Amino acid sequence: MNIPLRNPNVVMKLSRLGSFHQSRLSFLRSFLKEFKDWEYKRDLFDLNEHGHGTAVFSFKKKNRVYSLICFANELDENERSDRVIATKWDTAFTLFDGVPTKLDIERLKNEVPKQEIGRLSYKELTLSRANKSVRVFNHVVESLSNGVQPDKELLAKVGYLYRTTAVYGSGKFGLADRFRIKNREEIYGPFRLEMMLVYLVRQFTFDQVNHVAKNRNPKKAVNLDPEICKSLGIGNSTGLGMAPFIVNHPTLLNNWIYAREVSLKKIREIKNVSTSESNLFKDCLKKSIKNITSWNTESEYQIKKIKSLLKDLNKFILFLDNEFSFNQEYPFNKLYEHLEVKYEEECIEYAVSMMMEPYDNIVAPLIKEMSSEEDKYFNIPTERTVFELKTILENKYSEILKIDFKKKENNLNFWFISKNKEEPRLANRFDENGSDLEQPLAIARDIKKLYDTLSAAKNSSTIAIFLSNNNNLRHVIRRAFIVEKFPYSEIQDNTIGQEIVPIDMLRLKLSFFGALKFDPRSDKWLRICMFQGAPLPEQLKNYDEHWVYN
Amino acid sequence: MKSLSEIDTVSKRSSRAAGYSWGIAEEVGKNVRLLEFFSLPGIKNLNSFLNNKKNIKLENLSLITEDNKTNNSQYCPVIAGVNFLDQIKSLENLSEINFKNIAYPILFLPFVSRASEIVGKRILLKLDEKEFVMNFNNCIYSNFSKQEIVKTAERVSIKIIKNEDSFTETEWKELYKLSEETFVEENESLKNSGAGAGLTDND
Repeated sequence: MNIPLRNPNVVMKLSRLGSFHQSRLSFLRSFLKEFKDWEYKRDLFDLNEHGHGTAVFSFKKKNRVYSLICFANELDENERSDRVIATKWDTAFTLFDGVPTKLDIERLKNEVPKQEIGRLSYKELTLSRANKSVRVFNHVVESLSNGVQPDKELLAKVGYLYRTTAVYGSGKFGLADRFRIKNREEIYGPFRLEMMLVYLVRQFTFDQVNHVAKNRNPKKAVNLDPEICKSLGIGNSTGLGMAPFIVNHPTLLNNWIYAREVSLKKIREIKNVSTSESNLFKDCLKKSIKNITSWNTESEYQIKKIKSLLKDLNKFILFLDNEFSFNQEYPFNKLYEHLEVKYEEECIEYAVSMMMEPYDNIVAPLIKEMSSEEDKYFNIPTERTVFELKTILENKYSEILKIDFKKKENNLNFWFISKNKEEPRLANRFDENGSDLEQPLAIARDIKKLYDTLSAAKNSSTIAIFLSNNNNLRHVIRRAFIVEKFPYSEIQDNTIGQEIVPIDMLRLKLSFFGALKFDPRSDKWLRICMFQGAPLPEQLKNYDEHWVYN
Repeated sequence: MKSLSEIDTVSKRSSRAAGYSWGIAEEVGKNVRLLEFFSLPGIKNLNSFLNNKKNIKLENLSLITEDNKTNNSQYCPVIAGVNFLDQIKSLENLSEINFKNIAYPILFLPFVSRASEIVGKRILLKLDEKEFVMNFNNCIYSNFSKQEIVKTAERVSIKIIKNEDSFTETEWKELYKLSEETFVEENESLKNSGAGAGLTDND
């Protein structure tokens, strides 16, 4: 049986992309799998009684070492802010390529805490900062120093001791460019070093809280129970900064979605599913419900989505238990077809993620294909013709071409970079100044403009000739030739319309990161939790790959 | 030290700010990154060009021919470069392409380097007395190694070099003969026991 890949016009709609959930493909899970047999070490832990100072944690295999350097500083209560406009943080981190010397640490001590205004070097790979959840951190210190474990209910509600507010890589602020490290096999797969940083930061937070408690009451203090540690992750506040990323990296986006789509296709093509496979699928699905029930949000849009997901999932589980049998040919295909007819997008995509759980043999090889050599596809094939380009647009952007951008509601917003923090923002072009400095993220509108201009040009003309008079459309011409080769490289929606929900773009990216606890605070930012429930570094050698659902 | 990623981003944004379209600004970002990667003065020249752009009488060269001449103005290196890159497939069979007066010609150079990769041929670029051999966009061989701003090139010529050997047949044969000394002469017994021995290829 040959199941076709799903139609990009369905999958690449923002509402669908915003319904994606973590899966075996997610970067934090694939990071753990890759690094499970690396040697973990705490190389330096030089903190004072308040937990301020320097620490180094590392992963090592053969001659390769990655070291997380942590700087914990005193922070005035009034200076603590999760917003990207903050200038001071409780802690700052960098992942160093190799073993840092004392000189490296001294140099970085002056730069890393400054974050965006500091300067890093080619020896550093990623950069981040994190703030305490003061309420939780203080409670844990208080409890441990009195010899008792903290209130599990409170910890479960928040999910972390610290939350990061940004993780930078790939050449930002002087960090190593990707070309320097891209051939290392252990980092095939996107964002692996960012994941490593967050994972090691998580361990730092446990060691720091134990250290502070011990110093407060050396005789009575106990360490935080490893089972409690395991139940905690690292929080992350995320705003619009992430949204343009998926527009600006079309081949990378394609490779993420393509891996997911190929996985689904192959699973639907399995003729006979064993009992252990179907049981694992059902087991993960049922256990995962507790993750959803822990999501809190004040956003009405998200409350509606979460409620609908929960309702659908409970209905789906009842269907699986009472009406569906895996003792038939191509059961996952039948299940998928049933989902498409009876359930909302959020539930369909949730189930798709769960279907991957029993099939490491299908998913694992695809993970290595999720990075992209974007420069390879930068040049425009200018020998092609106007007719060919028009045909590409008609085939690949058929829905987009139907949008009328003369209508105010379809052209309402514009994306810009804020001068204060060099961060992407979205604003109403009719109410705010600055639309003349619009970023090239209105792809749908510009594709439509390209199509209209092409329609007035000679079909046999080459793109080289067309471009000589229409270089204002160059950015979308490049994209159109990319989407011809990479079907999932383009969001098939209007990113500047009245209906845009930017959080859909964030959720797509975060689902691939492997975020568990979505806590959308509005339609523009959210808090998430990473590595909650993940094995601790010392447990990595024999960990359960389905830890997400335990 | 600035990373190449920072160089790309800042070059792109500043080019857009100077009035180029986003698509062209993306090209400039990639190009300046390339120049700096090859240790050529990309940022220096771009900064000077964009800051002086308003004071230079620039001409946009759209369709490139064998001889491209301006009179009282200079060709914009970005627009001439973009069009050279776009039109390289139709230009590759010309024996020589000449330009008179290109402003900030170092910014024109990476377009030629990228064109070399597209056509799979080396390209010799002369900017007055400065010579550059573009090797498929993998490296650039040049007699110019100064980190300086080059404000103009009066005579610019481009030769697309045919894919031919750089040595004589005699030199090749001599070297080949020497390489044969790593081979072992086969005696009858080795021939009879080698792979495929004893079979006829005519069945």
